[in-house]
Amino acid sequence: MENKIKKVDLIFEKVDQLAILDKSFKRSSDEIILDVIDSGLRGRGGAGFPTGLKWKFARNEESDQKYVICNADEGEPGTFKDREILTQVPEKVLAGMALCGKAIGATEGYIYLRAEYNFLLPMLHEKMREFNQQMKDRNFEFTVFVRSGSGAYVCGEETALMESMEGHRGEPRNKPPFPTQRGYLGKPTSINNVETLVFALMIANYGPQTFKELGTFDSRGSKVFSIAGDTPKAGIYELELGMSLEDFVNEFGDGDTKAVQVGGASGFCVARKHFKETLIGFEGIPTGGSMMLFNSSRSMYNILHDYLEFFEEESCGQCTPCRVGCQQLLKGIEAVKRGNKSPAYLETLQKLSDTMRIASKCGLGQSVGNPFNSIINNFREEIIY
Amino acid sequence: MSKYKVNLKINNIPISVDEGTTILEAARKLNFNIPTLCHHDDLCVAGNCRVCVVEQKGARLLTASCATPVSEGMEILTNSMKVRQARKHIVELLLAEHNADCTKCFKNGSCELQDISNEYRIGTHVFLDLVKEKDKIQDISSPSIVKDDSKCIRCQRCVRTCSQLQAVSALAVTRKGNHMRVSTFLDKPMNDVVCTNCGQCINRCPTAALTERSYIDQVFDVIYDPSKFVVVQTAPATRVAIGEEFGLEPGTRVTGKMVAALRRLGFDKVLDTDFTADLTIIEEGNELLSRLKQALVDGKEVALPMMTSCSPGWIKFQEHLYPEFLGNLSTCKSPQQMFGPLAKTYYAEKVNKNPADMIVVSIMPCTAKKFEAERPEMRGSGYKDVDFVLTTREMGMMIRQAGIDFNKLQPEGYDRILGESTGAAVIFGATGGVMEAALRSAYEIVTGREVPFGNLNIKPVRGMEGVKEAAIKIKDVKPEWKFLEGVELKVAIAHGLANAKVLMDRVKEGKADFHFIEVMACPSGCIGGGGQPIPTNMEIRKKRASGIYDEDEQMVIRKSHENPEVIELYDKFLHEPLGHRSHDLLHTHYYPRKRH
Repeated sequence: MENKIKKVDLIFEKVDQLAILDKSFKRSSDEIILDVIDSGLRGRGGAGFPTGLKWKFARNEESDQKYVICNADEGEPGTFKDREILTQVPEKVLAGMALCGKAIGATEGYIYLRAEYNFLLPMLHEKMREFNQQMKDRNFEFTVFVRSGSGAYVCGEETALMESMEGHRGEPRNKPPFPTQRGYLGKPTSINNVETLVFALMIANYGPQTFKELGTFDSRGSKVFSIAGDTPKAGIYELELGMSLEDFVNEFGDGDTKAVQVGGASGFCVARKHFKETLIGFEGIPTGGSMMLFNSSRSMYNILHDYLEFFEEESCGQCTPCRVGCQQLLKGIEAVKRGNKSPAYLETLQKLSDTMRIASKCGLGQSVGNPFNSIINNFREEIIY
Repeated sequence: MSKYKVNLKINNIPISVDEGTTILEAARKLNFNIPTLCHHDDLCVAGNCRVCVVEQKGARLLTASCATPVSEGMEILTNSMKVRQARKHIVELLLAEHNADCTKCFKNGSCELQDISNEYRIGTHVFLDLVKEKDKIQDISSPSIVKDDSKCIRCQRCVRTCSQLQAVSALAVTRKGNHMRVSTFLDKPMNDVVCTNCGQCINRCPTAALTERSYIDQVFDVIYDPSKFVVVQTAPATRVAIGEEFGLEPGTRVTGKMVAALRRLGFDKVLDTDFTADLTIIEEGNELLSRLKQALVDGKEVALPMMTSCSPGWIKFQEHLYPEFLGNLSTCKSPQQMFGPLAKTYYAEKVNKNPADMIVVSIMPCTAKKFEAERPEMRGSGYKDVDFVLTTREMGMMIRQAGIDFNKLQPEGYDRILGESTGAAVIFGATGGVMEAALRSAYEIVTGREVPFGNLNIKPVRGMEGVKEAAIKIKDVKPEWKFLEGVELKVAIAHGLANAKVLMDRVKEGKADFHFIEVMACPSGCIGGGGQPIPTNMEIRKKRASGIYDEDEQMVIRKSHENPEVIELYDKFLHEPLGHRSHDLLHTHYYPRKRH
């Protein structure tokens, strides 16, 4: 079978990140930002906001102080690519942050690290000390700090993350104002995923054209995937965006793949019959990186149940649709399974998940409907019987 | 600052509003009501409950109208199909998590969740019941506040009230997901935490998750008990607020109707806390003058500024958070607690009753008064000085339960004695009132002349500013007060504990050289008290305040030291301010408390 999956190596390749920075520091903020806009890079955390635009908004704000935050609160079940990036190429992450700092006019950067990754702290501190000195030697005012989270999934949401950094309970803020207007400590802040920052650095290195040549119109470039589940090839891969799920399964599946959960627990579950028509990317199904393969030995009820238990636990509880909705979805499928509610109750729950999708305050509650509806629609009988 | 105008359409009707206006406010201008729960005019924006979501044309997500400022060209639909469905779902979700045992509920009929459910006719439960049995156990540890988690809709109004308005933060959100709840430090009982019992959380709770500890049944029991002689006292701020319980405009003065209603409820005598408010002025004024004399003449170390002690929420706040300043608090008991021992000694003797058979009930705008009455030192008469404290709201409920048509009552006067009062006492109900009353008397006692303000109205100490300051130069004093000649008496007033904190921090830093400070725990003073009718907001409180000042202006006597009953009380019983008997009955002391 022809291999249609294209592996790329931009993230993990070793480069002289200081040389890239030296080159970039000679350019203006606008030039750096224009390149990122031109490249079509979209945030690699999952939401996919155009990175260059975010930097531009932050740059255009007038403020005595601005911040760069590297979002390393990687909490999506099945996602572990940021850990790998931080482990293998921490220098590139730091350099990406400095590049962003130069672009938006920030002199301080923070890595918000997932609590479960605290084992990386000694190494990160060492790398940061080195890096901060290198910035000093270049007379470039930019210092990186690290903040460790406390292990709440919602703190990956950018405004909840900032609340957490400020010492408050991790709850999302109302938007507007957006973080680029009023972020950490009320100052304009560009918050970017670990992977995004490294890609921005690589765009500064190779120019936007190289990046743009990869992927599709809406989904430029490559992306790091963490592949898990029923696959003989679990692990981290950087792949060109825009592949079909069929090609993906041909490469990574175990021959018995019945469904793929694209984008982790908050993503969509695609059943075998839709593999061919499903494209991995923003015009199809976007993903922060997690790809979970399930073969026929798996119960989709158990999988959905696990996801819902996760959300029921990890909702911050602030807004009604998410807090109560997550509980209702979980208890609801249990009731249907036990026969305490009729199968038609699933449709009531699907309508509820639609409300959660449009009425929840942040991305957490808004995305629970993705796995819920896609699993119910594709595997209704497994949920009922 | 000139504001930009923003043009938008709400339900296809164009409107132009100031930049920064929320969608909710803009819709209200067009008379489109959007239901809200977590929103409260007194508090910062939350956007938690999502009941107020609206649709913005072209947007995928619905928008919380309370939390979203308008933007140019916006097209908003407040009642689209999407909005209706989402709103119904949200209310259904809230009900699923809510102990909807409405008939037994203290807030039945005045519950915001119930109102919305009614509007949308949400009857049977669509979703599964999620109320946890353990949440149904009410926290009744506090004599003032009952916390019922099974009624909580997690809107966090109480949390924002406690931290923002009151700077206390006894309530906070703990845990996440399905375990998320409003709780105290380490889930300790309400009585064991930093809670000041101010009840402001109750005033803003949309349901009955936080209510006052009610003593209505106990009071009816003693009223029906023929062996008990039950007297009731009413605080200054109740008379301009109780009308709201019967549909009257906030601030309507209904003193006479209230007295008539209480008499019809069966109280043996209806008396006035205003009487002891006047008495407080005499005792506290003399305490201030004596501290000033010690400082200025005797060169002694005395605690200045002196701070008022009428507000039990403020006292407890101080005991928790500023124990090093307890010596600055006036040793005077509050008017409620001066009334109790006088009723059970002086008054009992006058009316020839055995104090053991006497029950003193107070009607207060305050929930902290319930706690205050329980303090062990409040037994100056040898009995429990004040037996039961009811809020203005509880009085309203009793009147309704007794089938009394409040609005049709003819006004009646208070009983004598302990029923005579002055305008100075009435203004205790508003922020700055104690100060104004004290200045009216102190200035006149020292100089022999009325305070130099038009018609006795000391305007600088009035109003809703968070911290107010004033200074009065004392000139041409009487010979016995010559140490005060030329002294500029500096005073400050704070209302709402967050403002009190601002003032206290200044005092702590040594940046305030005031002689006398008045603090009321509740925003706008007692008229905004934790026991007052719900709802409350600045507009309502301003109306109540203006009712208070109107009442003062129409009083014949407007200075505490001219209250004939008070004069007689000193003549026949107390003999002198700060004297031996005063010390026993009317003064007290305070204790440091833990900070959690």
